[in-house]
Amino acid sequence: MTGATPQELDPTRIRADFPIFARQVHGQDLVYLDSASTSQKPQAMLDAMVGFYSTSNANVHRGVYTLGVESTDAYEAARDAVARLINAPSRREVVFTRNTTEALNLVAKTVGVERCGPGDVIVSTVLEHHANLVPWQVLAQATGATLRFLDVDDEGRLQLDELDAIAREGNVRIVAVTHQSNTLGVRPPVEELVRWARAQGALVVLDAAQTVPNRPVDVQALDVDFLAFSGHKTLAPTGIGVLWGREAILAETQPFLTGGEMIRSVALDRTSWNTLPWKFEAGTPAFAEAVGLHAAIDYLEAVGLDAIDAHEHAITEYALGRLDEVTGLRIVGPPDAAARGGVVSFVLDDVHPHDIAEILDRHAVCVRAGHHCTQPLMQRLGHAATVRASFYLYTTTAEIDRLIDGLHDVRRVMGV
Amino acid sequence: MDDLYRENLMDHYRHPRNHGTLEHPDCEAEGKNPLCGDEVELDVEVVDGRINAIRFTGNGCAVSQAATSMLTDLVQGLPVAEAAALPSQAIIDELGIPLSAMRVKCAVLGLGTLKVALHRGVGTPLPPEWGADDDEMVWG
Repeated sequence: MTGATPQELDPTRIRADFPIFARQVHGQDLVYLDSASTSQKPQAMLDAMVGFYSTSNANVHRGVYTLGVESTDAYEAARDAVARLINAPSRREVVFTRNTTEALNLVAKTVGVERCGPGDVIVSTVLEHHANLVPWQVLAQATGATLRFLDVDDEGRLQLDELDAIAREGNVRIVAVTHQSNTLGVRPPVEELVRWARAQGALVVLDAAQTVPNRPVDVQALDVDFLAFSGHKTLAPTGIGVLWGREAILAETQPFLTGGEMIRSVALDRTSWNTLPWKFEAGTPAFAEAVGLHAAIDYLEAVGLDAIDAHEHAITEYALGRLDEVTGLRIVGPPDAAARGGVVSFVLDDVHPHDIAEILDRHAVCVRAGHHCTQPLMQRLGHAATVRASFYLYTTTAEIDRLIDGLHDVRRVMGV
Repeated sequence: MDDLYRENLMDHYRHPRNHGTLEHPDCEAEGKNPLCGDEVELDVEVVDGRINAIRFTGNGCAVSQAATSMLTDLVQGLPVAEAAALPSQAIIDELGIPLSAMRVKCAVLGLGTLKVALHRGVGTPLPPEWGADDDEMVWG
C-alpha cells in the first residue's frame, strides 16, 4: 500500500473474514471492485443471522413468550447500534426501512407532501442517484412545487453559484443531496449547502448510502434533518435500510405505510398511531436482517471507520495512479484522490463499458458498467456509460493490479 | 475471453454490414437499451412483401452492434412476416457465443428494433414484449 494509514488496516487479514473471497471465478481468485453497488458479507454477520433463526426466531413486538421477547430485544438492540453508529440523539429517530430508496420515498411522500405546495422550491443536484431524484420529481408533480437541480462542473464538482437565484424563486422547503456520488466518488460541499438551507428554513435530506459504510458519519455534526442508508452496502444483508430523522419533525408527520405494527389502537371508525419510531414501521419488519445489520455494525466499529476511510483513500490514490498508466483511459470525475471516496469511474478509448466489464469478468474482476442509476449525471458529463471500480475495507493493491492487467487485455482484445 | 470476443463478432463490430441509412425507407425505428445506453436505428425498404434493403446506424457494445450487423445479413430478402416472427434464438445462434441474461438484451436490441419498424411500416404483428414503452412522467 502507498502511504501509512492512521490505524493501519490490513485488508488481507480482513479478507479472511469474508467467505466469498475463498471462491474462484473462471479459475482465478475473485477481484471484487463493486462495493459501491453492494458489499460482501463477513462470516460474523452471516453467523449472527443463522444464530438468530436457529435459536430465537419469533415475530417482534407481539409474543409474550420467551422467543418473542428475545427477538424483540434483538431487533431493538439493532436500533440502538444504528443510533450509536450515526450519533443519533435518540433511538426514536431511527426508522428501519427496506433500503435507502424506501427511506427517501418515505420522506418525500410524508414530510414532503405535507410541506410542499405551489410556489415552493425543492432543490436537488445532478449528482444524485435516481433514488434521491425521482421521488422529488414525483413530489414536485404532486404538489406543484418547483424542482431545481444544482449543476456540476465537468469533473463532477457541485456548483453552488445558482443558490442565490434559486432562493429568489420561492420558499425553499427541501434540499436533497448526496453525501458522496455513487458514480464519481466525489463528495459535494454538504456543510455549505446545509448552512444555506438553514438560512432558507429548508429541510436537508442527505443520501448517505455511500458514506455510512466507510467513514464516521455523525448526524448531529452534519446538522441535517434526514439521513438515509442501506444495510446491504454496509456489510449487512439486503432488505434492511435506515431512515434517521429529527424527532420533532417525525412526531408531527403522518405515517407512510399503514397497517399492523404502526398502530396503537384500531376501531372500525378510528385508528391511532404508534409512537416513534414504530409509527413508520408498518407490518412485520426485517428483524432477522436487523440482527445482521447489528453484527455488521459491530464488525465495522471493531475495525474502525476512521481506519476504513484512510484505507479507501490510500487505495483510491493507488488506483488513480495505476489507471493513469493505461493508454487511452480517461477518469470521469475528479482526477485526484482529494475530496472523494473509494469510487472511480472511467472510460477507455471508444470501447463500450459493457465490453470492458465483460472482458474483465473473464479475469474474475467484478466492476460495474453502465449509467450507475445516475442518467442525468451521465448526460451532463457526456457519457452514455462508464466503467466503475469501487473499493472497500477488503480491497487490496493486488486487486487493483489485477484490474490494470485486465484493462491491458481489454485493449488487446478490442484492438485499441 | 477469446470465446466471447471471437473473430467473427469483432469483424462485424469493426466492419458492420449494411451500415448507413436509406433515403426513402418504408419502415424505420430506433431502439435503445436504457441499461447500458446501446442504440440502433434501422431503415427498411420493402418490395413485394420482402425486405429489399436494410441499413442501420448505432453505437454501443460490441455484442449489440455486431448482432445488428449479423441481423441485417440474416433478414435480407426475407418476407416481412418471416422477419417479424424471427425468434431471439435465431440471433443468439448467429452470434454463436455464450451470453449472460444481461448480454442477451444487447444481442436482441437490433431484432426488437426491426420488429417495431416492420410493425409501424407494414403492420406486422408486434408482441407486447417488443413494444416501445411510452409511459413517461412529465413534471412541471
